[in-house]
Amino acid sequence: MNWLPPNGALDGVRLDQLLRWNLAAVFWLFVAAQALLVAALLWRMRPSANRDAGGGRPGRAFFAGELLVLLAITGLYIVMDVTGHQLWAARREAGPAEHPVQVEVTGVQFEWYFRYPGADGVYGRIRPTMVSAPNGNPLGLDPTDPHSADDIVSSMLVLPVGRPVDLRLRSQDVIHGFFIPGMRLKQDAIPGMLGHLQFTPTVVGDYVILCSQVCGLGHNRMQARLRVLPEADYGRWIAGREKSLLADASGARP
Amino acid sequence: MSFLRRRVFTTNHRQLAILYLLLGLAAVITGTLLSLLIRLHRTWPALALPFYGVLKPEDYLALVTMHGTLMVFFVLTIVPQSAFPNLVLPAQIGATRMAFPRLNAVAFWIALASFLTLLSAFFVPEGAPISGWTSYPPFSALSAAGPGQGAGMDLWLVAITLFCLAAVAGSVNFLVTILTLRCQGMSFRRLPLTVWSWLVSSGLTVIAFSALLAAAAMLLADRHLGTSFFLPSGEVLNGIVQRPGSGSPMLWLHLFWFFGHPEVYISILPGMGLASSLLANFTRRSVPAYGLMVASTLLIGVLGLGVWGHHMFVSGMNPYAGTAFGLTTIAIAVPSSAEVLTWLAMLFRGRLQVTTPLLFTMGFVSFFISGGLTGPILAQPALDAYLHNTFFVVAHFHLVMAMAGVFSVFAGIYYWYPLLTGRRMNEMLGQIHFWISLVAAYGTFFPMHLAGLAGEPRHYAQLSGPVAHFANLIPVERGITWSAFLLAAAQIVFLINLFWSARHGSHVDGNPWRATTLEWSPIVHPIVRSGAYVYGPNTAPGQDFLPQWSTNEPTVRSS
Repeated sequence: MNWLPPNGALDGVRLDQLLRWNLAAVFWLFVAAQALLVAALLWRMRPSANRDAGGGRPGRAFFAGELLVLLAITGLYIVMDVTGHQLWAARREAGPAEHPVQVEVTGVQFEWYFRYPGADGVYGRIRPTMVSAPNGNPLGLDPTDPHSADDIVSSMLVLPVGRPVDLRLRSQDVIHGFFIPGMRLKQDAIPGMLGHLQFTPTVVGDYVILCSQVCGLGHNRMQARLRVLPEADYGRWIAGREKSLLADASGARP
Repeated sequence: MSFLRRRVFTTNHRQLAILYLLLGLAAVITGTLLSLLIRLHRTWPALALPFYGVLKPEDYLALVTMHGTLMVFFVLTIVPQSAFPNLVLPAQIGATRMAFPRLNAVAFWIALASFLTLLSAFFVPEGAPISGWTSYPPFSALSAAGPGQGAGMDLWLVAITLFCLAAVAGSVNFLVTILTLRCQGMSFRRLPLTVWSWLVSSGLTVIAFSALLAAAAMLLADRHLGTSFFLPSGEVLNGIVQRPGSGSPMLWLHLFWFFGHPEVYISILPGMGLASSLLANFTRRSVPAYGLMVASTLLIGVLGLGVWGHHMFVSGMNPYAGTAFGLTTIAIAVPSSAEVLTWLAMLFRGRLQVTTPLLFTMGFVSFFISGGLTGPILAQPALDAYLHNTFFVVAHFHLVMAMAGVFSVFAGIYYWYPLLTGRRMNEMLGQIHFWISLVAAYGTFFPMHLAGLAGEPRHYAQLSGPVAHFANLIPVERGITWSAFLLAAAQIVFLINLFWSARHGSHVDGNPWRATTLEWSPIVHPIVRSGAYVYGPNTAPGQDFLPQWSTNEPTVRSS
């Protein structure tokens, strides 16, 4: 069971526990059923097997037995569904926490871009006609919008440890699958829609970000990095990015 | 000329069954060869193929797309849902013909046209499409989204459109045949469970393939007629702004999976009916709880129409919808489990006649269980949010749909072979074929669970990249590849047996398995007086079975 990558998210602990007991339950049912098949093959092909098999119609005990096993298995399914739903409700139905770290994720063949709204807390306007990766504007930020001046665009997702995060998911071209195995997190970025995804990283470190929905010939190369930093380091990173934004802006406008 | 009229341009359902089987055989051979190329590339990505060279990432994705499309449509649908009913359905209900023989023949020719159209995608500029068998837009809607998404994608869509027409036409014929052409005495309570399965799967086919037909037509319109069913506004592809649309890719997901999930039951329900029939035959005991089996089949059919959203848990649809679809999906596990429990119980009721068809039926049950059990895990949106589109899912559907489906197809072919040839397939070759296939199939698909738990996504042309921990999976991948080659090699034994036995197999009489159902009847217009599975000691004078064509009344009450 050490096949799972190390978990670094608050909900990941619960998810791993849930997944582990689900797998264990299902594994033992699998073993029991396959053992029955093998036993039938070994035991019921004896010539004498016909005699102890009885007549054509099964008795009451047969149906009672089958019903009992079916009820037990159904009970297991219900427990699985309910416990799974509790985690789902906590992760997806609760909505974002108060004052989360906000980052917008954009999938583009075959890159992930991460945009921070900056000090004003508002994402600047985006215009599809202004998209130009060669000119350093891969997302099409509109410079005439005052909110866009302080927007940080990064190719690495940097987050502070221990704070709830609210990701906004977008795609520019085709459907991409935003997947951080180490955060037990996955949701599609669908063109024309804004998705939201909440989680809380709890372990400092680097995690890989993958694309989980086939999106073109570079699908397997569409990888980025999540870096979870202590709060102070995260603050320094943001401040550094803001400073270089200002420097660029003053350089660009004489 | 008379050969062509008798064997090829025919409206005879049994001849059509042979044509469908040959189509399925061509598709499964092609699909298997593609899967071997997939495995080779995953294991040795730098390997240069003779006459081709090193596969590019888009070649890999084209292989995956065509492998999936061929296997799902032309193998797992064509054989259980077209070939087998043409082979035995009319006979099993005591009819001598189909309700609409010409419509039935037309369905085959459209399916063949669809197959050829699909294969031609390999030979157009840029080659076959690369967006996977689910072809999500905008990837599939915009030619510029990748190589193969131009002419190749168009051919794929035309092929799917044709296939939908063929599937619906064929199923309408089966439905009307079952409902109107049953012989005297063949009441619904006496129908073989295979016929119940075809009744439900044909109903599902009409509903599900109609949805896919609409979706394919809409996507073609988006590509060529300037509509935007699936295209949103603000699309930028390769830095170029696309024409503004007012649609949503989500519509395709809904339409596609409204087809895609019932499709799973279309391809597996006939196998379930066949398993019940063959277990009764080879244990020489009735199907206990016949009513429960019928009810389960119907329930799976009805619930199967309401579970499509579990393919969309991570699409960003409303989380409450995820909860609802999780519940319907867990619910469908209950009738499925009821069928499995009945099969397991049946194995302990009589003496097993260990033959190749029985072994493949037990293999079907084994895979249906091992693939099915991961269903309740994937049915939980919270867990699916980690496992979705990883190799865990690849393992799940290859076991429960592909391997279970193919093993039941083998059971059917070994079992019904004497109907077509008057001979049995060689038993020793059959058992060799079974045991190697069983071991190699588990060796191929079981380790994929582990790769999936490690988070390995589908459709990756290579595992290398910044992700270090996938390096641990390379030995697992290599083992899977060797198993896949062994699995394919075992099928050579089957092919030899299939053609060798037609000339050299041992002759058998008209009812070699001492079966009860009417496809083995020597009487053309039988009158049915008993249920489909009257087996057991002294159910007829001096016999342990009472065929449905027998003029005797059953001595014990049976259902």
